[in-house]
Amino acid sequence: MMHNLINKRDLPLFLGFIVVVLLAPIIMNPLGAGYPDLLQKFAIFGIFAIGFNILFGLTGYLSFGHAAFLGVGSYTAVWTFKLLTMNVVPAIFLSTLMGGLFALLIGVVSLRRSGIYFSILTLAFAQMAYNLAYSVLTPITNGETGLQLRLHDPRYLDNFLTSSVETSLPSTTFFGLSMSGFSGFYFCAVILIICFYVSLRIFRSPFGVMLRAVKSNQERMSYTGLNTRPYTLAAFVISGMFAGLAGGLMAVTDPLAGAERMQWTVGGEVVLMTILGGAGTLIGPVLGAVTIKYFENIFSSLNDNILMGFFSFMPEPLQHAATAVAGLFVGEGWHLTLGALFVIIVVFLPGGLMEGLSRIGKLFRRGGGGDGKKDAAAKFATPAE
Amino acid sequence: MDVILLQLLNGLDKGGAYALIALGLTLTFGTLGIVNFAHGALFMLGAFCAVTVKSVLSMQMIALDPTKKTAWGTPLEIKTPYVEAWFGDFGAVLLEYSVPVSILLAIPIMLLIGVVIERGLIKHFYKRPHADQILVTFGLAIVMQEIIKAIFGANPIPQPAPEIFAGSADVGSWLGLKAGSVVYPWWRMVYLAFSAFVIAAVFCFLQFTTFGMVVRAGMADRETVGLMGIDIDRRFTIVFGLAAIVAGMAGVMYTPILSPDYHMGMDFLVLSFVVVVVGGMGSLPGAILAGFLLGILQSFASLNEVKNIFPGIDQIIIYLVAVVTLLVRPRGLMGRKGVMES
Amino acid sequence: MGILQVKNVNKRFGGLAALADVNLDIEQSTVHAIIGPNGAGKSTLLNCFVGRLKPDTGTVMFDGTSLLGISPHEINQAGVSRVFQTPEIFGDLTLLENVMIPAFAKRDGAFTLNAWPDLRREGDIRDKAVSMLSDLGIGDKLKITAATLSRGDKRRLELAMCLVQEPKLLLLDEPTAGMARADTNATVDLLKGIAAQGITMVVIEHDMHVVFSLADKITVMAQGTPIVEGLPEEIKGNAKVQEAYLGGAHL
Repeated sequence: MMHNLINKRDLPLFLGFIVVVLLAPIIMNPLGAGYPDLLQKFAIFGIFAIGFNILFGLTGYLSFGHAAFLGVGSYTAVWTFKLLTMNVVPAIFLSTLMGGLFALLIGVVSLRRSGIYFSILTLAFAQMAYNLAYSVLTPITNGETGLQLRLHDPRYLDNFLTSSVETSLPSTTFFGLSMSGFSGFYFCAVILIICFYVSLRIFRSPFGVMLRAVKSNQERMSYTGLNTRPYTLAAFVISGMFAGLAGGLMAVTDPLAGAERMQWTVGGEVVLMTILGGAGTLIGPVLGAVTIKYFENIFSSLNDNILMGFFSFMPEPLQHAATAVAGLFVGEGWHLTLGALFVIIVVFLPGGLMEGLSRIGKLFRRGGGGDGKKDAAAKFATPAE
Repeated sequence: MDVILLQLLNGLDKGGAYALIALGLTLTFGTLGIVNFAHGALFMLGAFCAVTVKSVLSMQMIALDPTKKTAWGTPLEIKTPYVEAWFGDFGAVLLEYSVPVSILLAIPIMLLIGVVIERGLIKHFYKRPHADQILVTFGLAIVMQEIIKAIFGANPIPQPAPEIFAGSADVGSWLGLKAGSVVYPWWRMVYLAFSAFVIAAVFCFLQFTTFGMVVRAGMADRETVGLMGIDIDRRFTIVFGLAAIVAGMAGVMYTPILSPDYHMGMDFLVLSFVVVVVGGMGSLPGAILAGFLLGILQSFASLNEVKNIFPGIDQIIIYLVAVVTLLVRPRGLMGRKGVMES
Repeated sequence: MGILQVKNVNKRFGGLAALADVNLDIEQSTVHAIIGPNGAGKSTLLNCFVGRLKPDTGTVMFDGTSLLGISPHEINQAGVSRVFQTPEIFGDLTLLENVMIPAFAKRDGAFTLNAWPDLRREGDIRDKAVSMLSDLGIGDKLKITAATLSRGDKRRLELAMCLVQEPKLLLLDEPTAGMARADTNATVDLLKGIAAQGITMVVIEHDMHVVFSLADKITVMAQGTPIVEGLPEEIKGNAKVQEAYLGGAHL
């Protein structure tokens, strides 16, 4: 039965992934990232990037509009909390659905063009969504303040089931289990594992090969009798659903939705995560998301005082100079680091961290394989026997 | 009538800015084949050239006047900008006209920045996929805007226009309409004239110089020009520098209209890309036409009469036009076949 | 009545008449060669068959249905496969994947969302692809990325991709261009084998040796128009053909 669920060759990878995710609080502890708030962020952005990778990594269609689906997911989840129930299950279900629905609408239009035109179309839609969320859609989005829970929200389903009078803002729950702290993280972690599994299945399926074929040679595809548009649209919608789900989870861990989540620079961030980890690889996007969120956390918490301490081994003038330079990149300057990282990765490591790892791996193997080569050479040198 | 005229004028100066940025974008597309997401940041850098010049010129020398006392009994401080102390009236004029003066500084600086970016980074991306070009220039744009943020802070820095352009022109009364019905700030008029001038200059340059001829040939058929043994590389660098200068100058002159902040580049970038797409990728006249067209459309969409019928239309009109254009006329208003379509 | 009927097809590019009043009738289960000097409109004609170009006027009927106004994938699904002059393959994918894709297209149609089943469990498709690759002599390179193949092997791969679909009509655009003599002979033998299975073929070819050893019928084109059509032996001695090739054609 097992081999129906997962290919034998992928089993170690998948089990390894599960173990690492579930033990993340312990593994990340020495790195100072073992606390639930940050771990949740890793998981949520991991899901976002996994979904984005199904579109960009497989088909090569570069969308700048995925932040819109993230935002839609968040708004949907908060509205579900407000109108239906604080139970997170309907919220994440509906936010996934809405993310997919919006992706369908935008995808049908945007995918009529490819290449840079596609990127600009998605950008235009994302900007439209963002601008509207701030202006005329204020009744739905609550504009700049952001959508929040209130004491007097109707919560029809909850109120139907229980008649207790609330005196403080309720928190999100999973059938009674509060979604704060580690239970919140483990909820996200389980969903991350499910998402990773879905992505694994897609990668290994005929559909996944078709998506890679789209990236490789669209023209050949149509002369081979395949209609490329529904394939790209399906990939777009799936990735939109992942983004909606990620947005919904953001609202689960912190029931607040703001329009800034829809800005296209947020869409740019998920692009960066994906390419940093390695677009088109299975693990890469998660790796990229974790790396970026981890360093964001560390870098933004650093300040000049800490830096002065860090450079205290230097003579004083040098210490000040080093602090001034490094200070540009930390705290508020984290985005500078992010931008520089972007440039460096695209220039030097277009395949991302995964390519880097495999290069290192090859280096080692070559080191080990050297003996084998020598053997062969030795055999060659004495053919007379 | 007067309302229409007013919106037309209001749209023109914004359109001028769009057109100038789109012009540079199109030049880099057409000749270098590069999708430059850092172009908006160049516009922003230009604006901050103006900020820098202004703040350098207004550095003040403090002298004490012992004959007068302040309310606290300390000698009165007399602050005079160094330029005024050193150059007298000329210095005062310099400070007064800091925005136009900044152009003199912006040209060499933007050229330098453009050349450095092209030689240092863009050069390596001519043969890489467009997605990579977008990504690397996007990263570069973030770097540039964050550096500006680190130096100048996050808040907008207002730049006053020179005193004589400070007021508004009563365009309505010129045309025999009711006085005061159509008032249009002088500086916007200046900006409009300036963008017309720059556009004309770029076109003349491309039309009447040998260099321009090669560039135009390159836009039509890059490979052939390369095969003709023309040193394309050096010309690419210059074209990129030129695009940077145009963007920079547009930024300098726009500062009295919009107080510059570090993310103005990103805002304009997205819009300018849309402009380029609507105009037709690789078409210079298309970029100009679409720039003004969209500026005017946006200005009309922000009329209350329009907003009452279509709420929020002013927020999305440009993007909406872009979407419709790409679907109905995929190559844009004046686009040619085969540009960036692979 | 042939399987492919081309009637009064015209195509202009600006002022140039690329195709002028082309009429062609291709019989089922024959090899029909189209020859002619460069710029005679041979590739343009093939492009009109597969939906890459739309003729200005005229009709192209295949097996009773019009090939005009439908998209390339529909034309392929109707049973027309094409080998291009420069091989069009999926360069980033392995040879096996390259051939499995058309096999899926044949079995599942233009689009199916089979995102759940594992590729490795598609035994039938896989076997089909493997045997096709072996037939063409590249069965030992299943896991190799297609872009790294030699030009000749890329051509073989593209042919495998077309043949695995068991097309009714196979269009070949200069299948031996740039090949060494030995490779050319091997390809000719291969194509003869395919023809023997009864697949209709339209071949554009410059190499007369290839043309005369393959073709059942030959059409000679010059300046966008078929000037002569006939059996190979008729074409060999035709004065008009000599003229077209030696450059005397209607200057």
